[in-house]
Amino acid sequence: MNERKPSGADDPMEPAATRSKKPHAKPAKLSRDVQARLGQQLRAMYDDVVSQGVPDRFTDLLNRLEADKDKDSR
Amino acid sequence: MAMDESVRDAVLAAVPSLRAFAISLCGNVDRADDLVQETLLRALANIDSFQPGTNMSAWLFTILRNHFRSEYRKRRREVEDGEGRYAETLKSQPEQYGKVEFREFREAMAKLPADQREALVLVGASGFSYEEAANICGCAIGTVKSRVNRARTRLAELLDIHSTGEIGPDETTRAVLAGYDHR
Repeated sequence: MNERKPSGADDPMEPAATRSKKPHAKPAKLSRDVQARLGQQLRAMYDDVVSQGVPDRFTDLLNRLEADKDKDSR
Repeated sequence: MAMDESVRDAVLAAVPSLRAFAISLCGNVDRADDLVQETLLRALANIDSFQPGTNMSAWLFTILRNHFRSEYRKRRREVEDGEGRYAETLKSQPEQYGKVEFREFREAMAKLPADQREALVLVGASGFSYEEAANICGCAIGTVKSRVNRARTRLAELLDIHSTGEIGPDETTRAVLAGYDHR
C-alpha cells in the first residue's frame, strides 16, 4: 500500500487508494489558480485570433481550387 | 473530381483555429497565414489520405505542425538561432501579433522551447486531448503532459504569477516526467 511509486502523483507516501479519490491525481506542479490564470490568458490570446473568422484569402483559395477541379473533371 | 462540399466546409471551419495555432507557433501573422495556406494546399492535394469520420481539424493541425517543423529546421540551418529570431520578430513588430494586452504573454510564450509551446497551445487553447495532441506532435502522451507542465511552470515564472497555496514541484515526478523526453 505505502510503497513508493516512481510516477507518484501528489504524494508518493500516500496510499494509492486514498490518492485515486482525490479530484486531481496528476502531478500538481502549479496550484489550480495559477493554472487557471495562465489558461485564461492563453485562451484569450488564442480566441482573439479565432474570432477573426476566415479571412477572404482562404475562401478565395478554396473557391479557386474548386473551380480548377471542376474544369479538370469536364 | 469536384471537391466534396462537406470537405470544403470542414476545412474552412478549421481555418480560424489553424491561424491561431500558426501564430502561436511562428509569432508572426503574415507568416502564419502563409503557413495556413500551404497547409490547405497540402491537405487538399492529399485529401485521399484523410479518413472520413476521423477528426478533420486534428488532421489539418498535424499537417501544419509538421510543415512548420520542417520549415523551421531548414531555416535554423540557414539562420543560426531559431528561438532568438522568434523573440526578435515579436519585439520588432509588435503590431504583428495583435492586441497590446497580449504582448506580455506572447513574449513569455516566445521564450518557451518550440515543443513546449506547441503542446501547451494544443492542449490549453485548441482544446485537444492529451492523446490527440500526442498524435499531432508524433510523441507519447506522457511527453505531451511533461511539456505542458514545464511550459506552465516556466510561464508562471516569466509572468511572475504566484499563488498563496502554491505546491512546489515534486522532484521525483519531475525526474520521471523528464525521463519520457529522452529519445
